[in-house]
Amino acid sequence: MNPVVGVLALQGAFAAHAECVASLGVSVLEVRTPEQLEQVDALVMPGGESSTMSQLLLSSGLFDAISTRISAGMPTFGTCAGMILLASEVLDGRPDQRSFGAINISVRRNAFGRQIDSFETSIDTPFGAFHGVFIRAPRIERVGPDVEVIGRLGDEPVLVRQGNVMAASFHPELAGDARLHEYFVSSMTTARKV
Amino acid sequence: MTSSNGSSVGTQRVKRGLAEMLKGGVIMDVVNAEQAKIAEDAGACAVMALERVPADIRRDGGVARMSDPEMIEGIKAAVTIPVMAKVRIGHFVEAQILESLGVDFIDESEVLTPADETHHIDKFAFTVPFVCGATNLGEALRRVSEGACMIRSKGEAGTGNIVEAVRHLRNIFGDIRKITQADNAELFQWAKTLQAPLGLVQEIAETGKFPVPIFCAGGIATPADAALAMQLGGEAVFVGSGIFKSDDPAPRAKAIVEATTHFRDASVLARVSRGLGAPMTGIAMDEINGTQRFAERGW
Repeated sequence: MNPVVGVLALQGAFAAHAECVASLGVSVLEVRTPEQLEQVDALVMPGGESSTMSQLLLSSGLFDAISTRISAGMPTFGTCAGMILLASEVLDGRPDQRSFGAINISVRRNAFGRQIDSFETSIDTPFGAFHGVFIRAPRIERVGPDVEVIGRLGDEPVLVRQGNVMAASFHPELAGDARLHEYFVSSMTTARKV
Repeated sequence: MTSSNGSSVGTQRVKRGLAEMLKGGVIMDVVNAEQAKIAEDAGACAVMALERVPADIRRDGGVARMSDPEMIEGIKAAVTIPVMAKVRIGHFVEAQILESLGVDFIDESEVLTPADETHHIDKFAFTVPFVCGATNLGEALRRVSEGACMIRSKGEAGTGNIVEAVRHLRNIFGDIRKITQADNAELFQWAKTLQAPLGLVQEIAETGKFPVPIFCAGGIATPADAALAMQLGGEAVFVGSGIFKSDDPAPRAKAIVEATTHFRDASVLARVSRGLGAPMTGIAMDEINGTQRFAERGW
């Protein structure tokens, strides 16, 4: 059976991610409820406002459902706010903001500055240079020993992976280049064979 | 602008990118830090900082201008979500000031008194992105041709009446649907009729969608209004007077956030609509005479 990639669609750039995944010929489903989550094999958590998403995760009942699925090995890819939601430690977040603690990194919210500081530039990844779009972006300030850094901006980690969880501080869905989504989907397929 | 290390700020991609991040969310008008906190606590994806909500601007009359920088800075300090602020149509110096304050998005807004009766702001000249109001597709495309990175319906702000926003969204999305069916010869006619750049009309025909996100603003007062705007094609909503002019702002704000996310799920809409107290009273369109209609400002 062909895998279905879910895109968390509570708030944020879910439409752009869904377009990217669909361009690979992979089935995609917007996820707003626990019932929809049950129908997907992998999940993309988009950029947007992590404080908004955090509240909607709780009110929709998705928080516990996603947490359980990630622990059970569901391939998960978080970008920007999605990365914040996956991180084990969030700095400068709201005190009541909850995260899944699914990847051993510390991230600082909006550490690259406000919108006037948002930028695009080239970053280094396993498949060569990739166009990185950083919007009010969080910074990865600490990387745990069990976390693999697979993308860098200069010396700084911007794309990381730990087991079934991948996280980026930038926006691959805005790059007009689906290679990173392809990497996520293909590594997911590999993981499923194990 | 490109820096020495090859990174660029203020590009269309970066500016339109923030609009992408706001999709599916609720942007709430706030007049002080306390309201901004209530909005953030309720799940707003951004706040619009202004001195008076549109209902009060309408009531008070006179000239409505950009807000005091001190007040905008107070709101910026109070929340972690993006902060937007309004400038008068054509008032590029107010925009320069807001950019220097580091606001995240500027609304060139018909709710304030226009400063220029012919020209809108050259929005390409700024690093900060702009949102502009529109009542129809031609107006929306003219704003994009000036550099707007997000379009919102104008609706009729400060009325608590959704009828004008519905008209504007139906105008815009209806014409987009027609253009996607048009042949090449018809696209020239569309550009003429809409008084919009041909290239942008052709882009809609090719991609099947508008070049930048389209949000709904003007008259949203209830969770059902927000969901209606989303089902009609709006990609996020602005709520102005509708929250802080209602009986009990915090629960209403939270309910509108949930309704905007779950806009197709009637059971969620029914649940969040319960027991919210009275919405803002609202104004029927025939109670407003021509000069008091904000939507007619802008060209």
